[in-house]
Amino acid sequence: MNVLVCVKQIPDPNVPGKLDPQTKRMVREGVDAVLDPGDEHAVEAALQLVEKDGGEATIISMGPPRAMDAIRRALAMGAHRGVLITDPGLENSDALSTARAIAAAIEGQSYELIICGTESTDGSSGAVPAQLAELLGLPLLSFARKLEVNDGKAQIDRQTDDGYDVVEAPLPAVVTVTGGINEARYPALRGIMQAKNKEVKQVGLKDLGLDGKAGKAALTEEVVEIKAAEARKAGEIVEDKGDGAKRVADYLVELKVI
Amino acid sequence: MAGVWVFAETVEGTPAPVVLELLTKARSLGETTAIALGPGASKSVQTLGQYGAKKVYVHEDPAFRDILATPAVELLARLIEKDQPDLLIFGMTYDGRDVASRLSARLSSALIANASDVVKKDGGWAIITPVFGGSLLVTTVPRAKAPTLVLIRPKAVAAEPAASEAAPPQVETLSDPVEPGKPVARVLRREKEKASGPKLEDATIIVSGGRGLGAPENFKMLDELAAELGAAVGASRAVVDAGWKPYSFQIGQTGKTVKPAVYIAVGISGAMQHTVGMKGAKTIIAINKDPEAPIFKLADLGVIGDVHKIVPQLIQEVRARKGK
Repeated sequence: MNVLVCVKQIPDPNVPGKLDPQTKRMVREGVDAVLDPGDEHAVEAALQLVEKDGGEATIISMGPPRAMDAIRRALAMGAHRGVLITDPGLENSDALSTARAIAAAIEGQSYELIICGTESTDGSSGAVPAQLAELLGLPLLSFARKLEVNDGKAQIDRQTDDGYDVVEAPLPAVVTVTGGINEARYPALRGIMQAKNKEVKQVGLKDLGLDGKAGKAALTEEVVEIKAAEARKAGEIVEDKGDGAKRVADYLVELKVI
Repeated sequence: MAGVWVFAETVEGTPAPVVLELLTKARSLGETTAIALGPGASKSVQTLGQYGAKKVYVHEDPAFRDILATPAVELLARLIEKDQPDLLIFGMTYDGRDVASRLSARLSSALIANASDVVKKDGGWAIITPVFGGSLLVTTVPRAKAPTLVLIRPKAVAAEPAASEAAPPQVETLSDPVEPGKPVARVLRREKEKASGPKLEDATIIVSGGRGLGAPENFKMLDELAAELGAAVGASRAVVDAGWKPYSFQIGQTGKTVKPAVYIAVGISGAMQHTVGMKGAKTIIAINKDPEAPIFKLADLGVIGDVHKIVPQLIQEVRARKGK
């Protein structure tokens, strides 16, 4: 079976983020860009399926030209091909434009499953997978912590507040996976070398037939203000010299919770 | 203004806690309608009215319970076309997010996720979203035609019943067939996982662990401490991703938002992904060996030291104070 995986390149989540007060966008200069760690689980899930049943895993990403690095990383993990949607007109796209561009890029591809992370680590709205499913008229199996494909159906364990639901949908379907679904593999040197020769197609708004229908031309919302939230008052920080536990316990008594 | 709608998720007739928060917000913004779907939904009407719904649409088709998102999207799209509401508010829950996102694609509407507040501004709406662990507040305005769809994080608003002895809400019971139309995602069965102690969302005290615990078996001492304090146990994304604890323990951007009276962070560095879910705690206590850990910036009391020494001692200290 063929699997498409949607991935996003994000600023290194281990570096505290900043917003530019002028442009109201994230400061990306001087911050490494990485494949979203949440998306590595989506790539891993796809690789496990194609390794078991045959077929290919295709990586799709939208972003500036340097998002190619995120695709190469997924290819180094073992994915077969890539599609990079990149166009100056797509800068600062909202989720719906992103979903539209991905839906257009997917048209004509052969696939049984589209796998995405549950949400990006930087934006974390988690809207794109469901929007994509709606635009393509496909069922969405969301928040999967386990995924199995058999007899033309996908079945997941879907995370809930107090356990999980077993949910099934016919293929093709869109699936979002949580971090708990698998341990993502680390690219081997051989994989990294091979990734350099794998095909990555680049497409823009014109190629997708979306000129004037996505990105800047079709924004559904606009950020108008950014301000600092009220900070918490600084507390008391002490070094444990054998009495740390006692301090905490005394404090709990003071707070009247013991 | 043609009204504010609340997607009122119910379980066997009881509204989800976030629904009462959403209604509290919605009624301050305009004439509020609640949409209650699934078997038993009619039983939720009274509570929805108490929290501010003037009108409730009820549809009890089992499809709303058994099929993910699409039946609700079909029905909402139909009702929206008929009534033309200005604003739809959803809880940022598993189902709320799926339904709102699909609906936004169907209607080409503005969708703002992770919101903490909605206010009126220049005759329209402005939506407040905390970013970077809640250190910044971003204001977004819709630029698409109505309705605007907003996903509000649980616990962002305190639920309060409407003050006055309001008249019971007008109820419109729908029974027209629900046509998902296309292939669907169907729930085959529901599994509950056993949990002891209070739920994270309801707990007065939360003891939460991170990577600094070193190994999954070290969570046992947090379980023990929590049992002594009558606390719930939570976890950071790092340990959930590492498989030490199930996702249902996760507190943060991905995961649960909690507002306990006391939050005890053990071996948690305080990445923004985590702090956005817990910085609403009244009091924060942090124990971590790294004096530079960002969690100390939030802590009312921070202890720099070895969690493996301090936590067992703390269990003893708590027992001693309880007179055991």
